[in-house]
Amino acid sequence: MSKVKELVKEQADKLGRQRTSLMPILQAVVSAEHYISEEAMEAIAEELDLSTADVFGTASFYTFLDTVPRGKYIIRVCKTITCHMKGKDEIIRTIEGMLKIKLGETTTDKRFSLLQANCLGWCHKGPVMLINDEVYPEVTPEKVTEIINQYLKKG
Amino acid sequence: MEKNIKKVDLIFGKVDYMAIVEQSLKRTRDEIILDVIDSGLRGRGGAGFPTGLKWKFAKNEEADQKYVICNADEGEPGTFKDREILTQVPEKVLAGMALCGYCIGASEGYIYLRGEYNFLLPSLHKHIDEFHKKLKALKFDFTIRICSGSGAYVCGEETALMESMEGKRGEPRNKPPFPTSHGYLGKPTSVNNVETLVFALMIAQEGPEKFKEMGTFDSRGSKVFSVSGDTPTPGIFELELGMTLEQFVEEFGDGDTKAVQVGGASGFCVARKDFKSTLIGFEGIPTGGSMMLFNSSRSMYNILNDYLEFMEEESCGQCTPCRVGCQQLLKGIEAVKKGIKPPSYLEDLQKLSDTMRIASKCGLGQSVPNPFNSIIKNFREEIIY
Repeated sequence: MSKVKELVKEQADKLGRQRTSLMPILQAVVSAEHYISEEAMEAIAEELDLSTADVFGTASFYTFLDTVPRGKYIIRVCKTITCHMKGKDEIIRTIEGMLKIKLGETTTDKRFSLLQANCLGWCHKGPVMLINDEVYPEVTPEKVTEIINQYLKKG
Repeated sequence: MEKNIKKVDLIFGKVDYMAIVEQSLKRTRDEIILDVIDSGLRGRGGAGFPTGLKWKFAKNEEADQKYVICNADEGEPGTFKDREILTQVPEKVLAGMALCGYCIGASEGYIYLRGEYNFLLPSLHKHIDEFHKKLKALKFDFTIRICSGSGAYVCGEETALMESMEGKRGEPRNKPPFPTSHGYLGKPTSVNNVETLVFALMIAQEGPEKFKEMGTFDSRGSKVFSVSGDTPTPGIFELELGMTLEQFVEEFGDGDTKAVQVGGASGFCVARKDFKSTLIGFEGIPTGGSMMLFNSSRSMYNILNDYLEFMEEESCGQCTPCRVGCQQLLKGIEAVKKGIKPPSYLEDLQKLSDTMRIASKCGLGQSVPNPFNSIIKNFREEIIY
């Protein structure tokens, strides 16, 4: 059994095989694999007795449930109003320069993806970004350089 | 601050929350619900439905299972108060859920937490475990679980939220039937905002009078505001309701405020000339807490463009007026700005936005006309030139 199939089975055993388990299972797959592959969707469909199209329908609705491969660290820079006013464009340019990728792309070593997100709920401390579940409010180009450097060292 | 706006400390003040729960369990459910109705408390998420009535409807339903849902899918641009409440006083939120559970007759509660706030999960789980132990000591059967969202603004709409919890696409349902009769898994459900639950708890402790004394006839009590944009003091403030926008701007403005967006991307843009005559509340312009200030250095075209881009991306796509409407409004203002369409095209777009208000299925599409029409009306030149 492949790794993702095992993960899905393990989650289904833990959460139960009813439809209400679908979101938590999808979320678990994303945190382990950084996206939901076709194989994962087929495995989930089989475990929960749903059609794969149905699983895809749910997964593709949600921004955080990626169905295309993403990096180990997903950087999401908030782009909504106040963060825009406080300079999110400069933050994005800084990260693009450091990682040598454009917005929406993933580094070739599959470590970083750079995306924009709608309001992250830190409007009083913009610009803000998320790296996976970690929040970084009030970032500046200098601060962001430091943060990305730390992640680069982490491997 | 003292001179015109009253600061309040009902939400963030520390209280003996278990004592409130214990005292409440000794009272009848009807007594508590009547207190909440009497207090005039209305939902603090934005829609403003009377909380006591919601509880009463859910209580009156006959069912083998009912649910309490705490709506922590705080996605409205400019709102960040629920995160702060869940960080600073999570026990009060849990106690408010238990109180609601007791009143409507539910033994299960869920917190629907937006995925962007996943970093709160470890501490919330810890608080929930402790709270369960304390409830057990009171012999009150009520369990709280957390469901995580995955980055969809529309899931803050209560029926979309329940669809998401059921493992489906977060597409709003038709109403009626309302969640109080057909909610999560088809069972009677009370969906309340984080802040609302804490207010209900405080009303159970202090009685309705103290709450009722504050605010105005339609907007009782106080409210937690999220202040952002061009202000020297961004942050979270609990203020008595009933102030005018002029008073608000005097307190939070930077001296050069040209407009305030009240209620986030689905709210209204008020221009300086109307600050004096605009009341913040259900008689004037209601808000779920979002207050964004803009000074004269800001282009209102960019702001409207941002709002429309947000709505266009977050529209669930289920109903045509909202799906196509958002796209066309966004394309439309871009075309007017570039001179591809004449300025009079803005009137056509306003007709389209009026149609969206009538024909869209849920609050998302119905409220896109709020920022659109108010910005076009107040800052037409900035959109054209």
